[in-house]
Amino acid sequence: MKVLEQIEREAMRMDIPDFVPGDTVKVHVKIKEGEKERIQVFQGVVISKKKGMANATFTVRKVSYGVGVERVFPLHSPIIDQIEVVTKGRVRRSKIYYLRKLRGKAARLKEKRVVA
Amino acid sequence: MSNGLIGKKMGMTGLFSPEGQYIPVTVIQLGPCVVTQIKTEATDGYNALQLGFEEKKATHANKPLKGHVKKAGAAPVKVIKEVSVDNPEDFSPGQTVSLDIFNIGERVDVVGTTKGRGFQGVIKRHGFSGGRETHGSKSHRVPGSIGCSAWPARVFKGKKLPGQYGDNRKTVRNLEIVDVRPDENLLLLKGAVPGSRSGVVMVKKTTSQKK
Repeated sequence: MKVLEQIEREAMRMDIPDFVPGDTVKVHVKIKEGEKERIQVFQGVVISKKKGMANATFTVRKVSYGVGVERVFPLHSPIIDQIEVVTKGRVRRSKIYYLRKLRGKAARLKEKRVVA
Repeated sequence: MSNGLIGKKMGMTGLFSPEGQYIPVTVIQLGPCVVTQIKTEATDGYNALQLGFEEKKATHANKPLKGHVKKAGAAPVKVIKEVSVDNPEDFSPGQTVSLDIFNIGERVDVVGTTKGRGFQGVIKRHGFSGGRETHGSKSHRVPGSIGCSAWPARVFKGKKLPGQYGDNRKTVRNLEIVDVRPDENLLLLKGAVPGSRSGVVMVKKTTSQKK
């Protein structure tokens, strides 16, 4: 078992910032178009984090032109250029799936008060 | 050059390719194996290497095994298997063979023993669809009719029926080598191989055509 753990650990990225469900993040995704590579930003609320070693994922939700869009990213995927934490949200559960039922003003999360 | 090696399945995990694809990999601890006997065209009618894998204590070995490995000057081993070899003169008994015969990107065949599932019905064993669960049906998981009546008045050979499922030798062909780690004797293959964790597997150079 130790061997597998070691192999997975090697596949993990150590440059991922600390964020939790409820936070708003900007995920910079590398997109290959033919030969060229560009970076697209996906900004939204983290509604879930699936734990694991190299296979951990997180789900980001945003509302784009009135349509909810959710994207699941593998946390350690090399297609992620970087993750920026925009705001810290104050939520009381680890899966923020109730956001799916809410629209407009109700779908806002309170910001976490940071003690300076 | 030896065409195969004996190893042990460590389990499965996944790795990312540089393009961001998640590749399922099986980790195999392959070798080092010791040559216990060399079979040649002259003495045995064919060329092969008899390889031993995983040393065991002399107290756990019986006399025939001890006598056999003594000829090669090797320690008693847990598993002995034969692999084909192109030029047996290159090897000497007692020599160790390690996984540097394999390179990244090559394709291999893996032979193993599948997980034993015991005596199983036709649904699990052969993928029959079974009968209805409801609407008065009483045939839920039964095979149904197994043939005709007065002619041929017997059940045809090879008819799929319940019985022992698993625990048989299986070969998976054409698996790609993702990584070779000679320091830890580890081989990483794309895809699954037969058997449970810590099951003995044989990895051979593939006999099927490269895609």
